[in-house]
Amino acid sequence: MTIRKRGKLKIFMGYAAGVGKTFKMLEEAHALQAEGVDIAVGYFEPHARQDTIAKAEGLEIIPRARIEYRGSLFEEMDVDRIVKRRPQVCAVDEFPHSNVPGSARAKRWEDVMVLLEVGIDILTTMNIQHLESLNDQIRQITGVVVRETIPDWIVQKADEVVMVDLTPRALLHRLERGAVYRPEQAQRALQNFFREPSLVALRELALREAAHGVGLRIIEDEGQGGAGGQQPPRIHQKILVYLTSDPKTAMVTRRAKRISDFLGGECLAVAMQPTGDLSAMNRPDREALEKHLNFARNQHVQTRILKGSDASTLVEFARQNGVTQVFVTRPRGRAWPRRIFPDPIQEIIGLAKDMQIVIVSDREMVGRR
Amino acid sequence: MLDEARRRSIRGQDVVIGGVQPRVPQEAEAILQQMEVIPLKEVGNYAVIDVEALIRRDPAVCFIDGLAYDNPPDSAKKTRWEDVLQLVQAGIKVVTSINIQYITELREQVEAITGKHVNQTVPLSFIRSADEIEVVDAPPIEGYQHSFHEEAATEDHQRKLLRLREMALVLAADVVDHQLTRYLESRGVRQHFSTQERILVCVTADSNVQEMLETAQIIAHRFYGEVFVVNVDQPEISSVERAAVAEKLALARAAHLRVEVLEGRDPVDAILEFARARGITQVLVGHSRRSSFWSRLFGNRLDRLIQQSRGMDVRIFPNTR
Repeated sequence: MTIRKRGKLKIFMGYAAGVGKTFKMLEEAHALQAEGVDIAVGYFEPHARQDTIAKAEGLEIIPRARIEYRGSLFEEMDVDRIVKRRPQVCAVDEFPHSNVPGSARAKRWEDVMVLLEVGIDILTTMNIQHLESLNDQIRQITGVVVRETIPDWIVQKADEVVMVDLTPRALLHRLERGAVYRPEQAQRALQNFFREPSLVALRELALREAAHGVGLRIIEDEGQGGAGGQQPPRIHQKILVYLTSDPKTAMVTRRAKRISDFLGGECLAVAMQPTGDLSAMNRPDREALEKHLNFARNQHVQTRILKGSDASTLVEFARQNGVTQVFVTRPRGRAWPRRIFPDPIQEIIGLAKDMQIVIVSDREMVGRR
Repeated sequence: MLDEARRRSIRGQDVVIGGVQPRVPQEAEAILQQMEVIPLKEVGNYAVIDVEALIRRDPAVCFIDGLAYDNPPDSAKKTRWEDVLQLVQAGIKVVTSINIQYITELREQVEAITGKHVNQTVPLSFIRSADEIEVVDAPPIEGYQHSFHEEAATEDHQRKLLRLREMALVLAADVVDHQLTRYLESRGVRQHFSTQERILVCVTADSNVQEMLETAQIIAHRFYGEVFVVNVDQPEISSVERAAVAEKLALARAAHLRVEVLEGRDPVDAILEFARARGITQVLVGHSRRSSFWSRLFGNRLDRLIQQSRGMDVRIFPNTR
């Protein structure tokens, strides 16, 4: 039996629908095919775009699986069939897509992981707004809460991230020409994602993210015995997130994980309960905290519930574990006069004077609406 | 770029090719055959775009390759980008291309990476004045036949290309950031999208300025952000404290950071006003020193900063004492 190497993952990253990700991916598929590479298209979303449809001609398209859900038929990528067919390279559109309930896996990126495991190289597409750690900023820029997100660690696994760039004005022209959406869809799109400043901001985020991906690869390469370069000195950062049932906790976790990833540090998250578990909490609080614990784990952040209820429990834990930065939500309550029972976060700030404390804020918009 | 010329021409725009290198790949040759080309003029050893011919022809859009080329020393315009500027001023839209190596302000950085000296460059201000910028991004190794390519491209060469690619993406992001700011300002919108990390280090006499600056610089470096350093001048502090502040600000200046001394009766207000004007995303301050009965009852400046710094993260540092 031959041992198959894990497949390589290449992501075509855009900043909005219609910038040409799918087109670029299919173009590469053709180029590979011309080089003699065995390539098949695992999933392709034509969106009724003529250019893209024409580009798929001459490529082998693997039929989709049909899944019945609540009396309707849905089509998803057929992972089993692709594994059986086993092309060298497989093109898979719309990496962040959520599969219909009843599919083997909830997310397309999970399907892609299966294909990579069996040694198939993957070309795929996504937009910057689907990156989990940017979720709050995307909401701030567009006013839209993106639900289909991809954890950052998945994107970091990619061997290549290519920026598919187009100027926002050219994109808006495409939209007006009806090359991206049907007219009524286009009207709706123009209300949120497709306002020009939003597009410019999303594009800037995508460019920085692509640059960051390249930067990480340089650091990795240099870690493997390359020249030193001019990196600033690196302190090993250990970042602790304080999880509560406060809805802002997810935002704090995202920001902390992002900083930790960018600094090459470690990130862990803790909650505090007098019993050391969630049993004593009322139901809504417990459910919220459980959600935040799960969210952290899904982002590959280790979690723990500390036994205790006051700030000193958390600060002691941080000291014993060599934590350098603690990330918290903004303390509740007034600054003046203070509440008689101060917020635990205010107490943490008062106690942990030997470490960095980061109070994470909504990057809320000034002057909009 | 030529593909865009072709597409515009198909859509009925009046397109002219005003400057293409003598040798082009086959695909490009095929496009050129279908397009109107105004050839480069030979002047001595130089190939120069024919500005007069282009202005006479007056197309809607003109495509010009190799923006960074120099003209002969005795020409009216010393460089091709100045010729381009003349075309733009004559009302012709110009689409042009340049490699990241040829930006004047990045020359030193590029030479440190490639080890090659670059002569012909275009100033960053000209690039920033462009109405649009588009990145042509491609990983250094294209295609999947790695075993073939790996011999050709040594690891060292690859790393150089990666660094240049990173620079190109960051430059494009900066130009886009300028566009965004211009766009918002032109509409009188005082708003920041926090697309770029802008870090404000607030220095006082107690600040552990070394740790603060180091953290600020690492974050800025990794996030391609900017660092600002401020101190709010307070008349009531002792001469010892004043000397400590001066020493700390000197450290920041030595690190080539922008340092400003702010005036204002209330340090919190002064910091927040500065931060809002600059679109700061993270404020770095020291822990509050006193934990007096008074401050526990009424809260201190740090509490106020935390409560009022909407839209920014506050990062609190241990002090020196």
